[in-house]
Amino acid sequence: MRTANSSGGGADEKGVIEGVLSRHGHDATRLMQILREVQEGLGWLSPSILTAIADGAKLPRARVEGVAGFYHFFHTEPLGRYRVLWSDNITDRMQGNADLMARMCKKLWLKAGNVSEDGLVSVDTTSCTGMCDQGPAILVNYRPITRMTPERVDKVVDLIRRQVPLAEWPAEFFLVEDNIRRKDALLSHDLAPGDALRALKSPQDVLEAVKASGLRGRGGAGFSTGQKWEFCRNAPGTGSSPAHYVVCNADEGEPGTFKDRVLLSSCADLVFEGMTIAGYVIGAKKGLVYLRGEYRYLMEPLNEVLQRRRAANLLGKSVLGQIGFDFDIEIHMGAGAYICGEETALLESLEGKRGVPRKRPPFPVTSGFLGQPTAVNNVETLAAAALIAAKGAAWYKTLGTAKSTGTKVLSISGDCARPGVYEYPYGVTVAQVLADCGARDTQACQIAGASGLCIAPAEFGRRIAFEDIPTGGSFMIFDNSRDMFEVARNFAHFFVHESCGFCTPCRVGTTLLKNGMDKIHEGHGGEYDINDIWRIIRTLKTASHCGLGQTAGNCVADTLQKFRPSYELRLNVHEFEPAFDLDKALSKMREVTGRDDPGAHFHIAHRKSKSGIGTKAGDEA
Amino acid sequence: MSNGQDTKSFFLDDEEIPFEEGQTIIQAALTAGKYIPHLCYHPEFKPHGSCKLCTVRIDSRTITTEDGQTVKIPGRAAASCTTPAQAEQHVESNTPELLDLRRTLVQMLLVEGNHFCPSCEKSGKCMLQGLAYDLGVMSPHFPQYFSKREVDATHPDVLLDFNRCILCELCVRASAEVDKKNVFSLSGRGNTKHLICNSESGKLGDTNLAATDKAANVCPVGVILHKRHGFEVPYGQRRFDTAPISDNPVQYAPVKEQV
Repeated sequence: MRTANSSGGGADEKGVIEGVLSRHGHDATRLMQILREVQEGLGWLSPSILTAIADGAKLPRARVEGVAGFYHFFHTEPLGRYRVLWSDNITDRMQGNADLMARMCKKLWLKAGNVSEDGLVSVDTTSCTGMCDQGPAILVNYRPITRMTPERVDKVVDLIRRQVPLAEWPAEFFLVEDNIRRKDALLSHDLAPGDALRALKSPQDVLEAVKASGLRGRGGAGFSTGQKWEFCRNAPGTGSSPAHYVVCNADEGEPGTFKDRVLLSSCADLVFEGMTIAGYVIGAKKGLVYLRGEYRYLMEPLNEVLQRRRAANLLGKSVLGQIGFDFDIEIHMGAGAYICGEETALLESLEGKRGVPRKRPPFPVTSGFLGQPTAVNNVETLAAAALIAAKGAAWYKTLGTAKSTGTKVLSISGDCARPGVYEYPYGVTVAQVLADCGARDTQACQIAGASGLCIAPAEFGRRIAFEDIPTGGSFMIFDNSRDMFEVARNFAHFFVHESCGFCTPCRVGTTLLKNGMDKIHEGHGGEYDINDIWRIIRTLKTASHCGLGQTAGNCVADTLQKFRPSYELRLNVHEFEPAFDLDKALSKMREVTGRDDPGAHFHIAHRKSKSGIGTKAGDEA
Repeated sequence: MSNGQDTKSFFLDDEEIPFEEGQTIIQAALTAGKYIPHLCYHPEFKPHGSCKLCTVRIDSRTITTEDGQTVKIPGRAAASCTTPAQAEQHVESNTPELLDLRRTLVQMLLVEGNHFCPSCEKSGKCMLQGLAYDLGVMSPHFPQYFSKREVDATHPDVLLDFNRCILCELCVRASAEVDKKNVFSLSGRGNTKHLICNSESGKLGDTNLAATDKAANVCPVGVILHKRHGFEVPYGQRRFDTAPISDNPVQYAPVKEQV
């Protein structure tokens, strides 16, 4: 009667769980992978399943439940045999995802966020899935379908209704394009797999080259890669199983970025080669790729590349025949948590825990994965490192600016003729990028994602570089038809979904900020609320535990300063109006009674104009 | 500068505070009798750093501009419970900015949960209430969440009223580190984060918690209550009725063995 997946019966359930547990050696640090694989087999994580996993991995049950409850892609309630998630980034909104989702829900007789009565399907929204250049995008059972149209919605609905297995859906639905529009040194590289490895000299030499190249982290923070590797190399492993680790951060969750997806689908060898080189330098034998749950579909192709590299002796024991150079790579899947892009939250997640950022110090270079020295690098950084190892620091330094050497891969989406991936030498101006991608009448650019910087036309002469505008790669464009208040409100909602909830300012502040923006959106806001919003932003920035909370108010702050009229339009209230909305409080009753006539409303607007209900004698009509 | 040979010191609001290597700012300050507001910090446990009430500023600078104006450049903000003390550091705690920040944080906690002090067993001995009074929080200010939270009365001796939970994780830590039982944990994330019990039913009654456990006696607010032990000390004669929370800071100094 519940979902089709959970009808397997006890024996079957036990078999699946035991199979997964033994495949992972009952290792508690592999809890994320265990939960995902069990869920893929059994549909959802029921209370008894969680108990069985906890027993098998020798973990307190509440720990396992806590991990399952943290990640958006794990469900402790049945969510239907088909779980449809609509990517809800501002770019998906601009491409009309709201109407399309409404169409889907209507056709399925379903309310967004709910499971259908027959337990077949649920429809909901999720944070940016990294398909902004080909949206609106959805995930069906965590597989992406891009370029949704009304016709495609109807076809998907039909397939779900007829309960066609996902494997039999038309292949073109799942087509994800790379859309590489501009190549520079990295994307136009001519290296064959193994070339960079064959060029390796001593670890010390490679380290010196990476340091001399001036390579800085491409995730956005811009820490020197050579320095990071050196700290890690010099830190001793500790405890009973001392080791060093390389971790590739492929948890590309910043709204509007998708360049790591493209790098992993078009230059996976170069990325893996960069990891191998990092391992060679810091003395690691194991590398881990933390791949975001939204990119689950990349796992099999990436594993094939790894297999091919092992066969070619580019991975495994004695890489390229060099005794003592052992290195292998494993892919770990995330499960829908933006916070895991923060490197210490990522490490917690890799260890099978809730993705809560650690206290620093100690830093990962001395105490990272399993407490061992760990170099955590962005996908693009590792690819660039491989390029440097092959072609030398001197060549690399000729690209970019003095403080920002090399190139940057940008993910461009929003209002432009040619969205996609663009690679530029550092120092390129925003105006140049806008011209190249065919953006017209541009009102604003949001650079570096929801946590980044919102700039107005007067600033389009600024440059993409660590010394001016640093970015992980997200570049969203808004033309004059767009409402910048709604952009900021979308991001405020994003941070509510993605706050880990560890610290007070972020857990509560992101919600209060969202509520403030919603209140203004609904026409109940005034100057009082703007002041409150500033107070919340200050609190977030000063007191939050990690970068997520510290930057969660950026976009609202930027748009308040640079696009004030989009707020002013909505500030109807000159004095204070309470956030508690009597009319909204009646909405449940309206739903129950099926009424939506003016008499079922208590609203100032209605009182004044529509029906006369609640009009007091003497009120002006 | 310092009295002992090996004693280092830093400055807290311009007052010299000695510290031992490895101590965090709040540990040294409380030991020296200087109060820094806190909720998730507890003298017997490792610092946690989640409530952020103890946020301080470190090494603010005053510079003189070309036209002779003095400008203060605020130092970095950090939770003093998790930040190691360093010699010669200048730490600010009692400033209007930080006091305002702390009031905002208390207000955030007050609207997130359902805190009805006049009917609460913990009124007068509740850390959140005590801190709110001490900081001069006159109202919750922000709109209340009015979140719906259940009460768990399934355990024979202990009652859980989740309405008052501030997610300080002291019970989680106490049960894991002291009692070795892992009775409590956290699930959900962001604004859905909540305390859970270690049983398939999710009920406290199905766990092995004992009323004598550390976890059952560590709650700084009114979540974990002992049945049949209500209002034994009347309002007006309770801990913070006689002295404010900031009185005698040494009472919060870290317990030696546990540091």
